[in-house]
Amino acid sequence: MFEILERQDMADGTVVLNEISAPLIAKKAKPGQFVILKANETGERIPLTMADTDPNKGTITIIYQIVGKSTALFKSLQVGERFQDVIGPLGEPTHIEKLGTVVCVGGGTGVAVLHPITRGMKKIGNHVIAIIGARNKDLLILEDKMKTASNELHVCTDDGSYGHHGFVTDVLKDVLEKEAVKLVVAIGPVPMMKFVCSVTKKYKVKTLVSLNPIMVDGTGMCGCCRVSVGGKTRFACIDGPEFNGHEVDFDELMQRLQAYKEQESVAYEKYLHE
Amino acid sequence: MTEKSPKKEKIPRQPMPEQDPQIRKRNFEEVPLGYTKELAVKEAERCLHCKNPSCMEGCPVSVDIPGFIKNIKEGEFSKAVRKIWERNALPAVCGRVCPQEIQCEGRCILGRKGDPVAIGNLEKFVADMEREHGNGELPPKSDPTGKRIAVVGSGPSGLTVAGDLILKGHEVTIFEAFHKPGGVLVYGIPEFRLPKEIVYSEVNTLEKLGVKVECNTVVGKTVSLDELFEQGYDAIYVGVGAGLPRFLNIPGENLTGIYSANEYLTRANLMKAYLFPEYDTPIVRGKDVVVFGAGNVTMDSARTAMRLGADRVRIVYRRSRDEMPARSAEIHHAEEEGIEFLLLTAPTRFLGDENGRLTGVECLQMKLGEPDESGRRRPIPIEGSESKLECDMAVIAVGAGANPLLTKSTEDLKINKWGYIVADLETGKTRKKGVWAGGDIVTGQATVILAMGAGRKASDSIHQYLTWGW
Repeated sequence: MFEILERQDMADGTVVLNEISAPLIAKKAKPGQFVILKANETGERIPLTMADTDPNKGTITIIYQIVGKSTALFKSLQVGERFQDVIGPLGEPTHIEKLGTVVCVGGGTGVAVLHPITRGMKKIGNHVIAIIGARNKDLLILEDKMKTASNELHVCTDDGSYGHHGFVTDVLKDVLEKEAVKLVVAIGPVPMMKFVCSVTKKYKVKTLVSLNPIMVDGTGMCGCCRVSVGGKTRFACIDGPEFNGHEVDFDELMQRLQAYKEQESVAYEKYLHE
Repeated sequence: MTEKSPKKEKIPRQPMPEQDPQIRKRNFEEVPLGYTKELAVKEAERCLHCKNPSCMEGCPVSVDIPGFIKNIKEGEFSKAVRKIWERNALPAVCGRVCPQEIQCEGRCILGRKGDPVAIGNLEKFVADMEREHGNGELPPKSDPTGKRIAVVGSGPSGLTVAGDLILKGHEVTIFEAFHKPGGVLVYGIPEFRLPKEIVYSEVNTLEKLGVKVECNTVVGKTVSLDELFEQGYDAIYVGVGAGLPRFLNIPGENLTGIYSANEYLTRANLMKAYLFPEYDTPIVRGKDVVVFGAGNVTMDSARTAMRLGADRVRIVYRRSRDEMPARSAEIHHAEEEGIEFLLLTAPTRFLGDENGRLTGVECLQMKLGEPDESGRRRPIPIEGSESKLECDMAVIAVGAGANPLLTKSTEDLKINKWGYIVADLETGKTRKKGVWAGGDIVTGQATVILAMGAGRKASDSIHQYLTWGW
């Protein structure tokens, strides 16, 4: 189990796609749910929201950015090699329903998580406007897939090397001015989700975000992934990972994501030198 | 002048040799070093072999205690462990973590005037002898029945059920959510109290007997109870533990540097964060640590923090010494290692810096009033007694509640208002046909041996069901 069947470098090698054999998970998983992966005996448990599943083939797909030792270790695994452990599907699936016009906003590898949700939203009959962004053209992922999954796609780059020059929130504002949007789904780096929410709050449009706090077990047992939502502590692993973005304390989430910054760089440096 | 020959001297209770506190407080090796053969035999000789042994009444799984002690006295260590196995599949674990002082040893007749027989130490001794020098001969199994049982959770109660039912000839598969089996025995109880190799060795024995262990399977998510029945399982035992951390619900609790005991211990034990960076999971190595609570898990957390290099570890508890639920041996070990106790003190607010890191905690002094519904005297805040404790790490070890993951996905499994599964305490039968439950998910957080006791009752009931029907 957990053999890598497909592997692809994306975004200039900063992002990797793995299609992994995990028949039990593939059969059960729904858009928005995540898995926890551990590369080897000494490895760390890393939560990643699934980018796709193929129940017939018995595979799940993950797309991740290389940010430290654990993801670098994942990247080193070749086709035919295995993850030692994959656990899932975890978390609550996205509530996909017909609402009217839905805007899906994605940044960085968040686009990978957004893709199956976008596809599902369109399939059920929504008019789906997708807005995706990256720092520059080379770092943009899944443009073609997002085009197919949506009715209308806008691409943004921070440096203007491709598509709209600027942030996803610029385009989002334009869309919200023109259209009667029922729901915004925003998945990406925490600052992006925070800014999207401050925009949609003004327009009073319900906004779902998918959170990525640090986790250990992913089954509600440890409370590591606790986030403040509407002034209450919730566990992203069992209550989430999706929450009403207007209620999330993003600043606290950013601070909690920094909890092991020093240890993470120690481990990464050591790994790069070995 | 003539002297009368002195009366034959009574053998005193043989103390357990232990690592020196000053050395052990900085390593993760086991604290008790174990009896030698000589010490074990000498201790066994103290047993009076009562006709109606009350020690057995104190044992939740009714081990034949005088029987195995007699074997030790005669030097028959292999026979002794097999005697225990008749009632208890995990003697190496129980010898280490059972609260003997309120169970078997608490009932020992010698304890009335002196020290009871060191039953726990003797149990540990024979289990360790068997693991290290035994002939590996497995207990006999009944003929195959063709019945299949799914055990959900590989903690103490699940392992007990698996061990019992495999010997009765049934096929048993254990499903574990984590990547390693053992449940609380591997994620919760620290290495220095229960080396993980011992748990894996006990699980390995079950595997040799034919038990299948499927890790990475979150029942309720990866597969549901009904799907297990569809796959052909005839009965299911649910022993998933309590597994929902309790927090203090005071301001500042989400600052970094504050852990639930479950998270702190899981990182340290299961993920081996104490070996970081050889192991990839990081952990905060606090220098000035505060741990809230007063149970065994509180002691485990405090002693782990000390081993991870803390200069000072303080346990903060809102009641007094008399109400502390931890075993006296654990409190004693913690004190020996230099852990401080701040009693009658309750936290009101955590304080942090501009980066959201913990810097301290505000507390109030308490006094004890009348007993509350738990029978313990209720702590009452003393007005104007606010004080601030500086700290750079905190662990909240005030108990656990019912994890909703499995019960939420199984609508016809009846739960009570606290989220625990409703099950008959004598048989473990739930309201869902073919499903039994036991351990912390039924009773709330308790001990390893009580979970094993529940497992024992359930396995008897499951066996009856598979033989005679619901």
